[in-house]
Amino acid sequence: MCGIAGILNFKAGSVDPALLRKMIDIIRHRGPDDLGFHLQANVGLAHARLSIIDLAGGHQPMHNGDKSLWVTFNGEIFNYVEVREQLIRRGYRFSTLSDTEVILHAYAEFGEHCVHEFNGQWAFAIWDNKSHKLFLSRDRLGVRPLFYRVTPETFTFASEIKSLLALPGVPRELDLIALDQIFTFWFPIPPRTAFKEIKELPPGQSLTVEEGVVTTKHYWSPHFEPPQNHVREQDYADELRDLLLDATRLRLRSDVPVGAYLSGGLDSTLITALIRQCTGVRLKTFSIRFDDPEFDESPYQQEVVRFLETEHREVRCTHADIGRIFPDVIWHAEKPVLRTAPAPMFLLSKLVRERDYKVVLTGEGSDEIFGGYDIYKEAKIRRFWGVRPDSRVRPLLLKRLYPYFPNLQQQSVAYLQAFFHARPQDLLSPFFSHLPRWELTSRLKIFFSEAVRAETRSYDAYADLKALLPRAYPGWDLLFQAQFLEAGYLLPAYILSSQGDRMAMAHSVEGRFPFLDPRVVDFAAGLPATLKMKVLNEKYLLKLCAKELVPPRVRKRPKQPYRAPEGKSFFHDRQPDYVDELLSPASIRSGGIFHTDVVGKLVQKFRDGRAIGVKDNMALTGIISTQLILNQYIQNFGRRYTDA
Amino acid sequence: MHNYQTELRQFIVENFLFGREDKPLSNSDSLLEFEIIDSTGVMELVSFIEQKYQLELRDEELIPENLDSIDRLVRFIAQKVNV
Repeated sequence: MCGIAGILNFKAGSVDPALLRKMIDIIRHRGPDDLGFHLQANVGLAHARLSIIDLAGGHQPMHNGDKSLWVTFNGEIFNYVEVREQLIRRGYRFSTLSDTEVILHAYAEFGEHCVHEFNGQWAFAIWDNKSHKLFLSRDRLGVRPLFYRVTPETFTFASEIKSLLALPGVPRELDLIALDQIFTFWFPIPPRTAFKEIKELPPGQSLTVEEGVVTTKHYWSPHFEPPQNHVREQDYADELRDLLLDATRLRLRSDVPVGAYLSGGLDSTLITALIRQCTGVRLKTFSIRFDDPEFDESPYQQEVVRFLETEHREVRCTHADIGRIFPDVIWHAEKPVLRTAPAPMFLLSKLVRERDYKVVLTGEGSDEIFGGYDIYKEAKIRRFWGVRPDSRVRPLLLKRLYPYFPNLQQQSVAYLQAFFHARPQDLLSPFFSHLPRWELTSRLKIFFSEAVRAETRSYDAYADLKALLPRAYPGWDLLFQAQFLEAGYLLPAYILSSQGDRMAMAHSVEGRFPFLDPRVVDFAAGLPATLKMKVLNEKYLLKLCAKELVPPRVRKRPKQPYRAPEGKSFFHDRQPDYVDELLSPASIRSGGIFHTDVVGKLVQKFRDGRAIGVKDNMALTGIISTQLILNQYIQNFGRRYTDA
Repeated sequence: MHNYQTELRQFIVENFLFGREDKPLSNSDSLLEFEIIDSTGVMELVSFIEQKYQLELRDEELIPENLDSIDRLVRFIAQKVNV
């Protein structure tokens, strides 16, 4: 786990080492253990290292024997042992024990197809001296980040956007179309980022730069194809357990101790139980404990700790903590967010690092691939009711949704029907499952300034996303379509990024995700929908698989999505100074993104204690985070509010 | 004598639209159809009515027929007050 950066000048002229240094210095949090550069003629590669595998021999950028290939690599190739053996059989000689050298030789052997051999999480760049080609790749599901910028003179890339914005002459401007997308979907559609001219290499894609031409290529994307033959449920469950055990075993490969995040839910508990099966060592686990009982899961965490006998540490998270660290959170997230949920993850990685751990396994990805999210259930009920809109009984099922939202539970069925509508035209939409969420989020655009509204008025975010859907998508089951939107977009752009990589790497901690092992993902994509959600029982097969491994109370507990407090974090007796500063009419006006008076009324609603809904809270978080992006990246690049 | 219509309009425009009416809200416009109100919004509206007019709304009264436009709200509140 590391930070990478590089410059390729299209025209003759050597790379300025000071620029490369600037790019890597600003992301040293990703790799505090070592620093390396490779400069030759018009190419420069940089690497900030977090040493995890082959502590002595893994210095980067690394070259192969004849120095025809150079690599700078962020991430892990978990099956490097097996790929290495395969390459040795083909005559390659290794001078280190690192997975980095495996990438070099695999590229020499398989060329750009080498990525198909890898089971891992990566973002890397290889400079090929023989063909004068730069090759970049990002893992299948986008665990590790990779950004780039192309001009007629140069191609620059880095693990984080701030490395690119640190360079002289790079415009620092918000991309208003990206902002519209964030205030619709919660994420910008890659390759777009929140910043103009900065692109993201999307998950499952590779990129080449050859003779000044930049080409991107898909090498993988989620594909759902349920089996034709009937297989017994228990056989599926047994196969899944074996796969998950092996995925976990591979992810324990490390030359430093490995811990685990424990939320108290099914996924992280199962992973912790599987780690216990793989190692004889007492596992160290880490959790967040919320003061606010609405969000706290610590009783379940304690039950798992007792059951699995882990050595446990927890960090207490208060509303005030979230408000205090939020500017740092946004500095690392590099995009506006509509939820404060990344903030506690920032505190958790800090705890891990303070305990001298730098690798954790987590249960991330399970809800996406095994059908755990409430939005899947919501879509199923809406469609069931939508095909018989006159039914009086079917909409009663809406009461089964979101038990943790008391406002919703108090609604009459007539209102629930109105909120979770399934209009005839909705049934035809490729985004049927996500329409209520996206329509609700889109209403936050009421806070945009006249100038932003004028700029984005004719823009249709749905059309842009629709153009990217796979050809087979319309024929997929409703659940698979919803899963594709979650796993293909929200997972990499928000869960693994704003909540994942960025919050962990802010404190030099690497997350590893057994559920995102490509074998597990492919297995899940090949399951019948009914084994993911049986009637309205989410993650049915995973629960079956976890039967012997997870305490029954945890396995059977109602689903509680990970959430964090919002409005209360910013408005309280000892609220941080930046809140008033960023929300002041002068600041809103100078930012130019939001309407001063409209924001003023929202702020007053919070100050009066009248703002209680999801929409108001999302609006506030979205406005504050956007203002923080403006303030820390655009108006005063590098400004920091806190030292969390 | 309360001017329900003015008070309700002011509450809805300030509280849900934050003062921003892209086109003026008519008294018969559906608050659901125009996406003015969400699940929390219903609760906010009910709290406002109960506090402002010293009324108690029963669960079965919380339906769009009573609450989904300024006209309906005025009619509903006037009825309740008169009872």
